[in-house]
Amino acid sequence: MKSYYWFSFVLSLGLLATTAQGQKIPPEAQKAGIEIMENSQRAFYSPGADMKADIRMELVTADGKKRIRVLTMLRWNDPKGKDQKYFLYFREPADVRGMTFMVWKYPLKESDRWIYVPAIDLIRRIAASDARSSFVGSDFTYEDVSGRNIAADTHTLLREEKIGDRDCYLVESVPKQPIDYMKRISWIDKITFLPLKEEYYDVQNQLARLFTADKIEEVAAPEGAGRKSFPTAVKRTMKNLKAGHRTEVTYTSVSYNVGLQDNIFTERYLRNPPERWIK
Amino acid sequence: MRRFASRSVVILGILLLFLIENIHAASTQGEAGKEQGKGQTQTKVPSDETSKEQKSFLEMLPFEFHGFLDARGGLRPQDDPHESKTATLGETRLQVHLFKALDWAKFRIKSDFLYDGVVKGAEVDLREANTILTPFEFMDLKVGRQILTWGTGDYIFINDLFPKDFNSFFVGRDDEYLKAPSDALKTSFYTKALNVDFVYTPRFNPDRFIDGKRLSYFNPQLGRLAGEDTVIHPRKRNDWFEDSEVALRLFRDIEGYGLALYGYNGFWKSPVGFDPQSREAIFPHLSVYGLSARGKVWKGIGNIEIGYYDSRDDRNGKDPFIPNGQLRYLAGYEQELAKDFTLGVQYYLEQMLQYGAYKRTLPRGSHAADEYRHVVTLRLTKLLMYQNLRLSLFTFYSPSDQDVYMRPNIHYRITDHWSAEAGANIFFGEKDHTFFGQFKDNTNVYLGFRWSF
Repeated sequence: MKSYYWFSFVLSLGLLATTAQGQKIPPEAQKAGIEIMENSQRAFYSPGADMKADIRMELVTADGKKRIRVLTMLRWNDPKGKDQKYFLYFREPADVRGMTFMVWKYPLKESDRWIYVPAIDLIRRIAASDARSSFVGSDFTYEDVSGRNIAADTHTLLREEKIGDRDCYLVESVPKQPIDYMKRISWIDKITFLPLKEEYYDVQNQLARLFTADKIEEVAAPEGAGRKSFPTAVKRTMKNLKAGHRTEVTYTSVSYNVGLQDNIFTERYLRNPPERWIK
Repeated sequence: MRRFASRSVVILGILLLFLIENIHAASTQGEAGKEQGKGQTQTKVPSDETSKEQKSFLEMLPFEFHGFLDARGGLRPQDDPHESKTATLGETRLQVHLFKALDWAKFRIKSDFLYDGVVKGAEVDLREANTILTPFEFMDLKVGRQILTWGTGDYIFINDLFPKDFNSFFVGRDDEYLKAPSDALKTSFYTKALNVDFVYTPRFNPDRFIDGKRLSYFNPQLGRLAGEDTVIHPRKRNDWFEDSEVALRLFRDIEGYGLALYGYNGFWKSPVGFDPQSREAIFPHLSVYGLSARGKVWKGIGNIEIGYYDSRDDRNGKDPFIPNGQLRYLAGYEQELAKDFTLGVQYYLEQMLQYGAYKRTLPRGSHAADEYRHVVTLRLTKLLMYQNLRLSLFTFYSPSDQDVYMRPNIHYRITDHWSAEAGANIFFGEKDHTFFGQFKDNTNVYLGFRWSF
C-alpha cells in the first residue's frame, strides 16, 4: 500500500514538472505570484483577529433597476490555523429579514454552511458544493466573498503597473481545474496588498467580469492589536460585462478586533442572533 | 360584525401599504445625493458611521416593525363531491411583526389579520408572542407563543412533534404556515459537551389537521371519502397541565456533523384514534424516542433520522381504533448539481409494529394498511434571474400506497417589496384510503401576491 502512494507521488511530481515546463513560466515569477496572492488574501479576507461589518449591496440591472441587500457580517479567524467562521444577519430585503447564515470555512476542504429561517424556526444545512454560485443573487460568488483556495490556481507575477497613484503587482491566476473563467488578472497594491482591480476572462478569452476596489479606508484597530490600522476596501464593485449587471458593495461601518468568540458561530446564535454584535 | 371586521382588516392593510410606500420613496430620494467621491483611493481615519442615512418612519419607531400584505386564491379544477366550494383558498392577510431587543430580553409579537373567504371569515391568527431571556451564560429561555422546529427531514417530520397546519400546506399558503404555533416554554442549555432543548407545553397543541371543512379526506369509520358532510370534531384535549406535552432534544456538533437524540411525551398530533362508544375522534397518548445525524456526505449534505412511536394506548396492537406503535426511518441527500440548481432525495419508511395483532383485530370490511409504508421524495430547485425567480418541484411518491403528491411552484420577486407566486398541489392515488390518495379530489392550483415591508 505504502509503495503505491510513493509511486503516485513521484508520478505526480513528474507531471507537475512537465506542465510547468510546457507553459514556460519562469519559476521565480510563479513563486513571487504565489507569495503576493497569499499576502493579498491575508490583507483582503482575514485582517485582524475578527471583524464586524455592516454591508449594503446594490444589485443594479443593465437598465438601472436596483435591488438592495443589507446585512451584518461577523468574521472570526481561528488563531490555531487558517479556518474562519462567518455569521451573517440579513436586514433587507423585507422577505429575508432576520434570516441568519453561518459558514465554517476551511482552507482545503468544502465549507460547512447553515441557514436559519426564523418564520418556521428551521435550520437547514446548505448543499452548496459550487463555490462559483452567486452570493444572495449578486455578481459576487461565494468564493469572491470569502476567498478562493490559493492552491487551486497557478499564479504568475506578470509585471508591475500603476493604478492611479498606487504601485501594483500584476498577477495572473489560472485555475488548475476548468471553471467558469479561464484566467484572472489582479492588480495588487504593493503597500496594502489589497486587490484594486481584477479582470476575469471567460473561456473565449474575453473580459467577462470586472472587480474594482473603489474606496480604501484605513480602519483604526483598537489598542493592543499589534498594529494601528487595517486598510479596507469599504466600497467595491463587481461588474458582469456581458450582462451589464453590476453589484456595488459598501461597508457602511467596519471594525476589527472587537472580541468575537468562537461560540458565537453556533446553532444557538443562529436561532437567537447575538444582539450585542448585530446591533 | 364579521363582515365589518374583515373590511377593516383590508382597509387597514391598504392604508398601511400607502403610508409605507410613500415613506420608503422619500427615504430613497434622500440617499441619492450621496454617491460621490467614487473611484478614489483615500486614506482616512475611519468611522463607524460612514453614512448616516435619512431614517424612514419605520426606522424611527422605538421597536422594529415589519410585515407583509398577502393576497392569494386557489381552486379545484375538478369537482369534489364532498365539498360545496370550488375554491380551496381565497384570502387577504396582513402580517405585522413587532420586535424589541433590550439588554436583558427580546420581545416579539407576530400576528396575522386575515379574511378567509373559504372557511373561516375574519380571523386573527397570533403566530408569535414571546420573550427570550438569558438568565445564565449557558441558558436561554423562550416563553410564550412560538414556532418550533427540529429534526432533519424535508417536509417529513419524525421527531418534530410540534403542531403543523396541513390545510395550509395542501392549499398553497406560504411554507411558513406549515408550522402552527405552540404555547410553550422552551429552555435551552449549552455546554461544550452537549446542548439540551427542553420544551414544555402545558396544554396540548394539536395539528391544524384535515377535518373536512376545506379539504375532503378518507373517513375510516364510514369507509369512504368525506368532507363538509362529516366534519371531524374530535374530543377536546385541553386541560391545563393534565393534557401537557414535553419534548426534549440533546444535540451537539462534531466536526460539522449535527447529532441529536430526541424524546417526546404527549399525544398523537392529529385525531387518529376513535372512541367507538361516543363515536368521537380522539388524540391517543403517544411517546416518541429518536435520533438523527446530518452533515457533509460526498458532494452534498446527507441526513438520517429514526423514531420509535410508542402508541401508549395500544401497545399490544389489539385495539383497532387506536394506531399501533411504529418505527419511522428517514435517509436523505441533497446536492447542488449545477450552479443554482439543487436536487434533494429522501427515502422514508414507516413500519407498523404488532402488525399481526392489527390484522387479526381489524373490523371486517376495513381497508388494511400495509405493514411497511415506503415513501420517496424528490426536490428540484432552480434559481434564475439573479435568484429572483425560483422554480421548484417537490414530489412525494409512495410505491407501497401507489400514490403521489406533487408541489410545483414558481416564485418571482418583482421588486424588493413585491413578489408573486403560482403553484399547484396535485394528488394521485390508486385507492381512496391511502395517505395522499385520499386527497385526490382536492388537487388545486393557486396564485398569490405579496407586498413586504
